[in-house]
Amino acid sequence: MSENMNINLKVWRQPSDQNTGSFETYKVQASPDMSFLEMMDVLNEQIIEEGGEPVAFDHDCREGICGMCSMVINGRPHGPKQGVTTCQLHMRSFSDGDTVVVEPWRASAFPVIKDLSVDRGAFDRIIAAGGYVSVNTGNAVDANSVLIPKDTADKAFEAATCIGCGACVSACKNASAMLFVGAKVTQLSLLPQGQAERESRVVAMVNQMDAEGFGACTNTGACAAECPKEIPLSVIATLNREYTSAKLKGR
Amino acid sequence: MSQKLDSKIPAGNLSDKWTQYRSSVSLVNPANKRNLEVIVVGTGLAGASAAATLAEMGYKVKAFCFQDSPRRAHSIAAQGGINAAKNYQNDGDSVYRLFYDTIKGGDYRAREANVHRLAEVSTNIIDQCVAQGVPFAREYGGTLSNRSFGGTQVQRTFYAAGQTGQQLLLGAYSALERQVGVGNVKMYTRHEMIEVVTIDGKARGIIARDLVSGKLERHFGHAVLLCTGGYGNVFYLSTNAMGSNVTAAWKAHKAGAYFANPCFTQIHPTCIPVSGHYQSKLTLMSESLRNDGRIWVPKAQGDKRHPNDIPEEERDYYLERRYPAFGNLVPRDVASRAAKERCDAGYGVGSSGMAVYLDFRSNMMNKYGRAEATKAGIENPDEATLVRLGKEVVKEKYGNLFDMYKQITDEDPYEVPMRIYPAVHYTMGGLWVDYELQTTVPGLYALGEANFSDHGANRLGASALMQGLADGYFVIPYTVGSYLSKEIHTKAIDTQHEAFEAAEKRASERIEKLMGIQGKRSVESYHRELGLIMWDKCGMARSEAGLKEAIEQIRALREDFYKNVRIPGKVNEFNPELDKAGRVADFLELGELMCVDALNRNESCGGHFREEFQTEEGEALRDDDKFAYVAAWENNGDSWTLHKEELNYENIKIQQRSYK
Amino acid sequence: MKLLSFLFTSSIGRKLIMALTGLFLCLFLVVHLIGNLQLFKADGGYAFNHYAWFMTSNPLIKTVSWGLYAMIILHAVKGIYLAMNNRKARQARYEVSAGSANSSWSSRNMAILGSIIFIFIGIHMGDFWREYKFGDEITWRSYTQDYNTQAVTWTEYTPVEGQKIYAKDIEGGHMLVAKDLYSEVYDAFRQPWIVWIYVLSMLALAFHLLHGFQSAFQTLGINHPSYSPIIQFIGRAFAILVPLGFAAIPLYVLFQ
Repeated sequence: MSENMNINLKVWRQPSDQNTGSFETYKVQASPDMSFLEMMDVLNEQIIEEGGEPVAFDHDCREGICGMCSMVINGRPHGPKQGVTTCQLHMRSFSDGDTVVVEPWRASAFPVIKDLSVDRGAFDRIIAAGGYVSVNTGNAVDANSVLIPKDTADKAFEAATCIGCGACVSACKNASAMLFVGAKVTQLSLLPQGQAERESRVVAMVNQMDAEGFGACTNTGACAAECPKEIPLSVIATLNREYTSAKLKGR
Repeated sequence: MSQKLDSKIPAGNLSDKWTQYRSSVSLVNPANKRNLEVIVVGTGLAGASAAATLAEMGYKVKAFCFQDSPRRAHSIAAQGGINAAKNYQNDGDSVYRLFYDTIKGGDYRAREANVHRLAEVSTNIIDQCVAQGVPFAREYGGTLSNRSFGGTQVQRTFYAAGQTGQQLLLGAYSALERQVGVGNVKMYTRHEMIEVVTIDGKARGIIARDLVSGKLERHFGHAVLLCTGGYGNVFYLSTNAMGSNVTAAWKAHKAGAYFANPCFTQIHPTCIPVSGHYQSKLTLMSESLRNDGRIWVPKAQGDKRHPNDIPEEERDYYLERRYPAFGNLVPRDVASRAAKERCDAGYGVGSSGMAVYLDFRSNMMNKYGRAEATKAGIENPDEATLVRLGKEVVKEKYGNLFDMYKQITDEDPYEVPMRIYPAVHYTMGGLWVDYELQTTVPGLYALGEANFSDHGANRLGASALMQGLADGYFVIPYTVGSYLSKEIHTKAIDTQHEAFEAAEKRASERIEKLMGIQGKRSVESYHRELGLIMWDKCGMARSEAGLKEAIEQIRALREDFYKNVRIPGKVNEFNPELDKAGRVADFLELGELMCVDALNRNESCGGHFREEFQTEEGEALRDDDKFAYVAAWENNGDSWTLHKEELNYENIKIQQRSYK
Repeated sequence: MKLLSFLFTSSIGRKLIMALTGLFLCLFLVVHLIGNLQLFKADGGYAFNHYAWFMTSNPLIKTVSWGLYAMIILHAVKGIYLAMNNRKARQARYEVSAGSANSSWSSRNMAILGSIIFIFIGIHMGDFWREYKFGDEITWRSYTQDYNTQAVTWTEYTPVEGQKIYAKDIEGGHMLVAKDLYSEVYDAFRQPWIVWIYVLSMLALAFHLLHGFQSAFQTLGINHPSYSPIIQFIGRAFAILVPLGFAAIPLYVLFQ
């Protein structure tokens, strides 16, 4: 299991949004049990030892839940495996001698900060526009006073597992954020607590999404296929439905 | 006992203290709130909930996080659940029982009044989260579902599959973003707090570094709330996120805030074992797994057979053997030490011998498989059928954890028992705070894991989420008012003030110093070395000799760090290596304090196990006569002064903790 | 109208336009195909020419036709606008793209396929529609159909200045004097290069429909574990059968 593998890396280097970027190639020795990010750590230690500038990339929890890691690996966000983030991708998914191309999320709404790090503030602004239930602290009734069928709770949970990583945007040929927005809209429109703001929420979130410069959805399904949390494409249909009906009601 | 340590515990009956406090605490009228600015550092459960709630109340809030979004804070990774004394299961739970379990679980080293308040507000938290749209697990009838956790005999843990922390944080995050949207909170992402600014002894702001541009910024606040989490990453390998750090808390400590019980570290018993030297972090397998997983090692030393080939009678279910009353659900410190004991004695499994089995097969078959077979009307089901049926149930309960395990180890836990080993998970120690969560610096508060207050020497599972949200949603909104009501005449202070000037200068000089070293070794290598020292000598078992040695080693390592570290890049740019260097520099100081504290505490309690102090059976031996106090350390530059806050148990009789 | 302005100002609204116009065009395809199937009849073009006349003279159909043209234009213009906007949403392109790993080929090439179809519609309308309505190269035929035997006989007919197409009942049968679009079509489809243009365009249409049909329902918010598989099945059948029906005509004529 611990035999070494030689990986040829082609990594996107870009000093900042204001500069143009290009690819650099590196050779790294990895072990199959390493995570992809640990392999990047090894690369960076190597670069630092050689007196170079390490590759900047975002990462934090390294257990697939914070949504910070964001690399397009051989053309696929979070790499070749389904349902995992880059930090949970292990080198055993690659073979000795492979050439691996690593790029940042590419979308006009996600400007590059440096190398593989991008600015996903647009997602926060979409949530700030309406991705919440307006309930001030202290206003709540007893938790069991509103019954929610298990089925509904499970569906809402499924949508709520979105980690906001942006893989959907990065996978979509239109850089559309519909899966991300759809997930939140679906979660809150299913739950009784989300009903009061159901219409205003979806309109505000879509307006913000459009203003951020994300593309429109053409239903290619790439987002759902690449989503590390496997959020289903049906949340986009829900978003379409919720938005249209809110608009037709004059919202 | 020091004059300075006034815990401000309200008088009166334990169960009335909080109610009375709330009814009598000074208030700030709405018009004044608009002129009062509060800085919140960190946006995890404690920070996001505090920032959102204070903004809802009308305060002007500035929130800071080092991640690219407040939603990434490491609270998001909490898996198992959140406790609340709802007694929905009608199994005898109550506020008192939650209070009692927490004090006992903490090995009688927590403050009674704080813990009772925590238990009181626990029920409000669940209500609030449900109202926000947090999709907790539910029963078919639509009511909320509960599970059990270690150290308790009731089912009071609310959960959302294995992603409870995520769902709770997203709830708090959405409340925070709502306030950002309406302009009540100004959010600063990718910002790190690196100095507390004090004026006339009061915290009046911070110096933050914009991690994208590298520029230093000055921010004024009438009060500063640190919600910056724990310092488990001092061990390098832990279940914490890579970015989790002590820097904000450490700067507060250097600005005068006492650091309490730094040696109280929680080692979580069920983590995926280390697989190689390149390993960057450890992954937790939720404690909830101990509901259905049985922990064992072979009865024979060095038994290298495949676990499925070891017959039942040759397995040692050592937790069930040693602690029949709680079995596999003993508290974390007990379970961790028991695993270490078996492995050290040569019974460990896996290639390194540093692991034990967590086995689901018997519950999969006998508990769930049999129930499902009965439901399906299958008589005399064979073993394969039982496994197949039970597997479905287990999959629904823990599917995501099993997937994660397989992802990391390439082994299928449905077929082969999980291999687990303890790992650093949480730190009970933190900034010393009084009942109002205020540190020893007026106007400077610490919430959540960043403070020391509620978990004593060991935290029970599913209580961290509870504490973070309790502090943020329901405690600080009242207690900060007590301070701010006296500040209504203080106008916003110009950040040109000399105190800001001086703080910024300190910060930039420190950065210049680090950048100027230009040595040979990477920051990472120092961090890894520090982690090894800490794990070996200040980890699961500590000894006087080891700790003394560790202190010397840490000092030497620190000295070497300032001579030999190499930080590439420039100051005024996005430079993660520089960010890391600043954090490791602080860990190199904290590590020493942890050892100093561990050395001072000549007893074993909770997560702090001193080899010299144990019973004949190897259980922790507390010394209540000498050590029933909170050790709060004052920083004097190169050394520390100990201040003691005596712990008075008026409502609980201190006794030897037993889970037998 | 304010209520509907979102159709033109929001991303979802624009997609709704694509979906609604697209589904309308699908409906048109069915009608058009049914009419075209008359070309298989060996009646000298009686049925087909009758149909062509009906389609171009009936006031209701004429109105619908203008609607149809508007739909085509709207679908195309909005489609191009969307594609351009979507391109703007990703200015820096990927070095490696692995679209096939996560999406169907047709879904990724709707704009190209649509453009091919749009150009085709231009050629097609130039060939027949323009010729039929405004051209003077189409010959005329006069048909009589016997009521009893249903047999159709025809003769070439020389139109007079300002000749109008007409039909009337005659004794024991029915008579039609009309432009002979039928022969025009047959003449055209005896040239292989025209046939290939048609067949390839229908291939493009097939792929366009393969994604477009079910995508329209998704845009309309219809996605349900029980119903969506049915929609997808119908969509696939539609995408294969309708273009196949259209393509069969030129191929039939060519290899007749």
